[in-house]
Amino acid sequence: MNAMEWFIAGLLALGVFFYVAGTVGLLRFPDTHSRLHALTKADNLGLGFIAIAAGLHWGDGWIAGKLALVWLLTLFAAGMAAQLVARAALKAEGGE
Amino acid sequence: MSLAFDLALCALILGAAGLAVAGRNLFGSVVFYIVYGVLIALAWVSLGAADVALAEAAIGAGVTGVLLIGAWQGMKDAGGLEAEITKSLPVRVLAGLGAAALGALIGFAVLSLPGHDGLTGPVAENQPALDLGNPVTAVLLSFRAYDTLLETLVLTAALAAVWSLTPARFWGGIPGPKHTTRPDGVMASFGRLLPPLGVLVAVYLVWAGADQPGGAFQAGTVLAAVWILIVLAGLRDEPRLSSLILRLIVIAGPLVFLGAGLAGALAGLALGYPEGHARTLILIIEYALTLSIAATLALLIAGPARRAP
Amino acid sequence: MMADLFMLAALCVLISVAGALIRAWRGPGRADRMMSAQLIGSGGVGIAVLIAAARSEPAILDVALVLALLAAFAALAFVKTVTPKGAGDPEADEAETP
Repeated sequence: MNAMEWFIAGLLALGVFFYVAGTVGLLRFPDTHSRLHALTKADNLGLGFIAIAAGLHWGDGWIAGKLALVWLLTLFAAGMAAQLVARAALKAEGGE
Repeated sequence: MSLAFDLALCALILGAAGLAVAGRNLFGSVVFYIVYGVLIALAWVSLGAADVALAEAAIGAGVTGVLLIGAWQGMKDAGGLEAEITKSLPVRVLAGLGAAALGALIGFAVLSLPGHDGLTGPVAENQPALDLGNPVTAVLLSFRAYDTLLETLVLTAALAAVWSLTPARFWGGIPGPKHTTRPDGVMASFGRLLPPLGVLVAVYLVWAGADQPGGAFQAGTVLAAVWILIVLAGLRDEPRLSSLILRLIVIAGPLVFLGAGLAGALAGLALGYPEGHARTLILIIEYALTLSIAATLALLIAGPARRAP
Repeated sequence: MMADLFMLAALCVLISVAGALIRAWRGPGRADRMMSAQLIGSGGVGIAVLIAAARSEPAILDVALVLALLAAFAALAFVKTVTPKGAGDPEADEAETP
């Protein structure tokens, strides 16, 4: 393996690490609002590293742009979902 | 490594399906079904069927979730969540036997399929005549076009069936409740920002569909999702179902499709394309179908009219 | 070699998101269940990207794109269920909700 391949492997390892961290957080954090942190931050960071690794492996500008779009859309969706799910969980605790 | 991935994915799919059926919590079952949709999309990815994976990603992971959560909401409003839904033992045994028999039939059908290659060879031989790069589009809109034509008519018929549930006083009215959101809130902003990207992706999918994975059904589903998002975000209300324009959009795709088939009949080949014009005609049908499928799916999810026009 | 590495990462992400099923089963709240569906959705985006890279198949990237685009739809429908008739906005104050 050359230096670039080692670098890509490192990025993949980081990506997997953050996905695992997200799952561990979702399972181990004590309440809904703490678990929201694990969900919306960790796994999106994982996807970011994976997207960079895939982009470097491919080495194509158009593909890199599409990967960036995939990542931005996920970040965007997670940000929206985090805000609203937090509110929904608050209402559910108070109202039900 | 691919084999290990496929085995783990199979185990997860079976697990998610089992939990969706076995769970006592109805909302939990809805969640497992959404998860099941994501996993099935990944299974099609792993099998190399990107066309099907795209459709499953849009339907299973996107639109079905909204439909099922809406159904859950309807049951809650009707007081159906508290009702006793446990059926007697004979009913459950019969249901189990029926499901097992259906499963065995499907298994038998899959096992009795002809060898590995199936129809890949004949499709590849005849594909150049159509000037299309995507073999799936060639099969769907030419070699087996009558299947696709009937499928689009099934969708239209399903919409007619849903509309027939409308109470007389709401006929031609507006489906669903009026959605309200905080004007400057997160939900309304999301509803403003995502649709342009969604429309772009839909246009890309139907454009790419001629020569790469993509096509009318995938693009139509993404457009339907954009429509539903705009309504959920409270930016636009659902249309009146008596609207002539709306009804024209719903039947435009099947009409263009039928028209092309009948024109072929006049030229001597019923449901066929005149030589040299196949690609053009197929693209026109695809674009018309995209709009019709989008409107039909979005209206199927909106359900029958629940407010007076 | 690199293809195997990408598939190994896909397998690891798959096993990782499988853990989220436990949270979907246990709950306790509906928000917790919905969150595990979200986690599996974003895991699915990652896995699709990884398989696309392993096979150098750009069409699979489109699957990741559609998954990412529609990732939040179920969550959006869910948050509306805490409001009357599922037609409101959890961000709106009680007074604003008709």
